[in-house]
Amino acid sequence: MLTCDGLRLAQDDFALRADLRLPKGRVTALIGPSGAGKSTLLSALAGFLAPVAGHIAWDGVDLTDLSPGARPISILFQDNNLFPHLTVAQNVGLALRPTLRLSNTEKAQVAAVLDAVGLTGLGGRKPGALSGGQQSRAALARVLLGDRPVVLLDEPFAALGPGLKAEMLDLVRLKLAGPERLVVMVTHDPDDAKRIADDVVVVADGHAAAPVATAALFDHPPQALADYLGKRVG
Amino acid sequence: MHNPLFLPAVAGLALCATGALAETPVLQVLTYDSFTSEWGPGPAVEAAFEAVCACDLQFVGAGDGAALLARLQLEGPSTDADIVLGLDTNLTHAARATGLFAPHDVDATLDLPVAWTDTTFLPFDWGYFAFVGNVGAAAPTSLQALAASDVKIVIQDPRSSTPGLGLLMWVKAAYGDAAASVWADLADNIVTVTPGWSEAYGLFLDGEADAVLSYTTSPAYHLIAEEDASKVAWGFDEGHYMQVEVAGKLAGTDQPALADQFMAFMVSDAFQGVIPTTNWMYPAATPSAGLPDGFDTLLTPQKALLFSPQDAAAVRDVAVDEWRAALSQ
Amino acid sequence: MARGAFAVTPRWPGALTGALVLVLTLGTLAAVALRAQWDGGLSTADWAAIRFTVLQAVVSAGLSVLLAIPVSRALARRRFAGRQVLITLLGAPFLLPVIVAVLGLLSVFGRGGILNAGLGALGFAPLSVYGFHGVVLAHVFFNLPLATRLILQGWLAIPAERFRLAATLNAPVGRLLEWPMLRAVGPGVFLVVFLICLTSFAVALTLGGGPRATTVELAIYQALRFDFDLGRAALLACVQFSLCAGAAVVVWRITGQDAMGAGFDRVVQRWDRGRAIVDGLAIGLAAIFLLVPLGMIVLRGLPGLGDLPASVWIAAGRSIVVATISATLCVSMALSLALWGGRAVAVIGVLPLAASGLVVGTGAFLIVYPFVNPARLALPMTALVNATLALPFVLRSVAPAVAGIQTDFGRLGAALGLRGWAWLRIAVLPRIARPLGFGAGLAAALSMGDLGVIALFAGDAQETLPLAMYRLMGAYRMESAAAAGLLLLALSLLMFWICDRGGRVDADM
Repeated sequence: MLTCDGLRLAQDDFALRADLRLPKGRVTALIGPSGAGKSTLLSALAGFLAPVAGHIAWDGVDLTDLSPGARPISILFQDNNLFPHLTVAQNVGLALRPTLRLSNTEKAQVAAVLDAVGLTGLGGRKPGALSGGQQSRAALARVLLGDRPVVLLDEPFAALGPGLKAEMLDLVRLKLAGPERLVVMVTHDPDDAKRIADDVVVVADGHAAAPVATAALFDHPPQALADYLGKRVG
Repeated sequence: MHNPLFLPAVAGLALCATGALAETPVLQVLTYDSFTSEWGPGPAVEAAFEAVCACDLQFVGAGDGAALLARLQLEGPSTDADIVLGLDTNLTHAARATGLFAPHDVDATLDLPVAWTDTTFLPFDWGYFAFVGNVGAAAPTSLQALAASDVKIVIQDPRSSTPGLGLLMWVKAAYGDAAASVWADLADNIVTVTPGWSEAYGLFLDGEADAVLSYTTSPAYHLIAEEDASKVAWGFDEGHYMQVEVAGKLAGTDQPALADQFMAFMVSDAFQGVIPTTNWMYPAATPSAGLPDGFDTLLTPQKALLFSPQDAAAVRDVAVDEWRAALSQ
Repeated sequence: MARGAFAVTPRWPGALTGALVLVLTLGTLAAVALRAQWDGGLSTADWAAIRFTVLQAVVSAGLSVLLAIPVSRALARRRFAGRQVLITLLGAPFLLPVIVAVLGLLSVFGRGGILNAGLGALGFAPLSVYGFHGVVLAHVFFNLPLATRLILQGWLAIPAERFRLAATLNAPVGRLLEWPMLRAVGPGVFLVVFLICLTSFAVALTLGGGPRATTVELAIYQALRFDFDLGRAALLACVQFSLCAGAAVVVWRITGQDAMGAGFDRVVQRWDRGRAIVDGLAIGLAAIFLLVPLGMIVLRGLPGLGDLPASVWIAAGRSIVVATISATLCVSMALSLALWGGRAVAVIGVLPLAASGLVVGTGAFLIVYPFVNPARLALPMTALVNATLALPFVLRSVAPAVAGIQTDFGRLGAALGLRGWAWLRIAVLPRIARPLGFGAGLAAALSMGDLGVIALFAGDAQETLPLAMYRLMGAYRMESAAAAGLLLLALSLLMFWICDRGGRVDADM
C-alpha cells in the first residue's frame, strides 16, 4: 500500500494537499483539469519534488527522504524516456545495471522482456529508428524488467494516436498490473481511466481526493469531476 | 614493460644517477634565453668548461637581459644560481643595488673601446648598436640625417627590449637635453616599434622598413652563415652607443671556488672564441686566434658612446618619458 | 522542475576546478601584490594606456561582431562544397601564435605586402597598416573567426520549425527570429572578443606603430620587467580585472543572462534564402581576408621546411604532448564546472580571459618557487595554465549542452539510479561528444601556440615549438623560424581538426 500522510506540495504559487491510501494490486488513475497538480503529485511520489510537509510510504516504509533511484518506484515521463544514443537493448538493460555491462543471463532477460512487449529482434536499434509505438513499448519493457512494485505513468502515451494509445494501455494492464503491484497513471481522458483503471483519484482545487472505484465514480461523478467533464465537453 | 628486470634496472640507474650527481658539483648560471639556445654560445661553452672543471655546468634561461634581472629579483637571496650572465651596463646599477652580487677576482686584459674598472661585473662580450640596411640603398650618415630623410626604420620598445633601450641611450648620449627634439624628428621615420629584437629584424628582412636597429656585427651573420653580403651597418657621425654584456658572481653561491673558476674561464680563449659566431658580438678579450674572417669587413665606429651604469640608471626614466611623449604625438 | 534540484554527480570536482581557477587568476595576482613594495599609484602614462586599451578593445570587438553577422548568416543558410573545410580553416587565425599571424598579416597589408604591391602596380600611393587601424585590423583578423563561429551557433540553434512557421506566415524572419537571437547572443560574443583584445600586447604594439599603442598588458610588462615595480603591476592587473567585471556586468544586464547556445553545426533548412550574391560576397570576402594571410604564412614557411633542425621536431613532439595534456585537463575542468552549474560558474568561466598572462606567470612563479625549482615544473605549469586560459571557450561550448542533458534526461537518470561516473559515462559524455571535441580541439590548439608561460618557466630541456621558433628568430634564422611557424600552424589546425572530428564520429542521436 502506498500512503500519503498529510502531504503538502508547493511549487511557485501552486499548492496541493494529499492524504491517500493506494492499495497494491490495482491500477489507479489520477484525473483532473490541466494544472490541478496531477504531474506534481507524481513527481513527489517519484522523489523529484521534496514535500513541504507530510510523508510518503510504501508498505509502511517511509520513502520521503529517499532519492528517486532508491525508491521502489518506476516512472515513465511524457517524453525522454529513452536515451537516444543508446540502443533499445542498452536502454532496457539500464533497469538491471546502470553500467551497461550485462552478463549473458541478463542479456537473455533483456531479450525475453523485449519479446514480451513485441519488440523481438529490435534490441540493436536506436530509439530514433523506431516508431512512436515501438518507443513506448521499449520504455515499458524497461519498467517491466525493473520489476519495482510501484509504476507511475505520467501520460507517456499522450503523443500516440487513439488506437496506439489503447494498445499501450492494454499492454500496461496485461503485463504490468498484478497482485503485488500498484500502477498509478495520470490522464486527462476519462476513457483511459475507464479502459484500465480500477480506481480513480480526482485531483482538483488543490486537493487529491480519496480513490473511488472507476465505475462508481463515473456513474455518480462528484462536483469537481462533473465540472471538469462538463468543461471538456463544452 | 613486463620484463621483470625492468624495474630494478631503472631503480639502479636512478641510484647511479643521483650518486653521480652527489659527487659532481653543479654550477648554475642564470642567463638570457638566446645564450643557452642551440644556436647560442651555451652548448659550446658548457662542453668546454665541463672539460676542465670536473663539474656540471647548468644554464638556466630566462627571457632577455631585463627578464634576467627581474627573475633574480623574484628569486631573491634564496636563488640557486651561482652566476648571472647577460646583464648589460644599463642594468648593472639596479643589479648591484640588489646586494646579491660579490666582487670577482679576475684580472684580465680586456679589449673594450672603453676602460673597464668594475670589480663586480666582468664583461664577456660587447658590440655597437647600429642601423642595419641593405647594401646599395641610401644610407644616412648620422642620426640627424636619418631624421631629416624619408628613410623608414623599425625599432624596438625600450621598455621591453635591450636594443630598444640602447637606442634611447644612444640618442640621449649624443644629444643630451636635445634628445626629445631628435625623437620628434625621427617620429616620421619610424614604421613601427616592436616588443623585441626578433620581431623588428623579421620585419626588416620582410621589407617592411629600409633599416632596423641592431648591431654593427649583424652583417657578419649574413656574410659568414649565409654567404650573403647584402646587409650593411650604417656608420653615424655622432658615434655609436655600446652594449657591454657582463656576468657577476652571486654572493650566496654554494660553489664559490667553481664560480671564480668560471669567471676566469669566461675571459679565456675557450669561451671568447665561441662568442663571435654564436652570439654575433665582439669578444671582450680577443682570442689569440683573432676574429673570424668576415669581421674585418664590419663597420668600426669613430666614436664609442657609453653611459656609466650610474648615469644610465639616472637618465633612463627621463629618456623613456621623452621618447614616449615624442612618439605619441 | 528546476534542474539541479537533485545532484546526480558529486560537487567536489567542480568546486576543485573553481578553486584552481581562482588561485591561478586572483591568487597569482595576490602573490604578486604581496611581494610588492607599494609606492605611488598609476602614472599618467598608465592612464593613457588604460584609455587606449579600452578604446581599441571596444572598436575591435564591435567590428568583429558586426562583420561576423553577415558571414555567420551566410554560412548558416548556404550549403556548398567545402563548407566544413572552410569553417575549420576560418578558425585558424584565432589559434595562431601572435608573431606568426602578425608576420602573415604584414605580408599582405604591410609596406612590402602584396596589397601595396598591387596598389603600386596600379599607380596608387601605398597604404600604411601601422596605427590604430592596424591594431583593429589585426584584432579583427584574430577574432572575426571566433565571433563568426559563436554567432553561427546561435543561428543554428534557432529551431527549423520556427523558420517553417515564419515561412507559412510570410513573416519577416529578420525581425521575428534573427534579431532576438542576435540580441541574446551578440552581447556575449562582444564580451568575449572585448576581453581578448583587452589583454593584447604584442599585436597592439607591433601594429600600433609606437608607444601611442601602449596597452595595459604592455604597461604590466614594463612594470614587471623594466621597473621591477610589482605593486604597479598588481594595480594594473586589478584595473584589467575591473574592466572585465564592468564589461561583464553591462553585458549581463543587456542580455539578462549569459546567453549562448551550443547548437549543432548543421545547415538549417530555410525558406527566405533570397540574395545568394550577398551571402556569396560575405563568405568570399571573409575567406580572402582570413585565408590570404594564412596562405602567405604557408608560402613563407615552405622554403625552410626541408632543413628544419632536429631540435625543432623534438620541440614539436613536446608541444603535442603538452597540448594533449592541456586539452584533457581543460575539458575535464570545463565538464566539472558545467556539471556544477550556476552563476558562480559563469563568473569563473570569464575570469581567465581577463587575467594578465604575465601576472599569472609571475604569481605562479612566486607561489611555486619556495617549494620547487620552477624549471622542473615548466611543462606541467604550461599545461595547467594553458588549460585554464582556454577554459572560458571550452566552457561556453560544453556548459549549454550539459545543461540541456540535465533538463531533458536528469529525471530519467535519477529514476534509474544513474549517479556519478555511471551518469557521466552513459548519459552525458556520449551526448556532448561534439561540443567536447570542439572544446578539446580549441584547447589543444591554443596550448600549441602559447609562448607566455613556457617562456617564464622554461629551462633548456623543455623547449616547446613556439619557443623553438622564437629562439630561431633570435638567432637570425628567419627562414627556419618561418618554417617552424608553418609547422606550428599545421599542427595546431591538425590537432583541432582531429578533436573536432572525433566528436562528430558516431553522432547519430
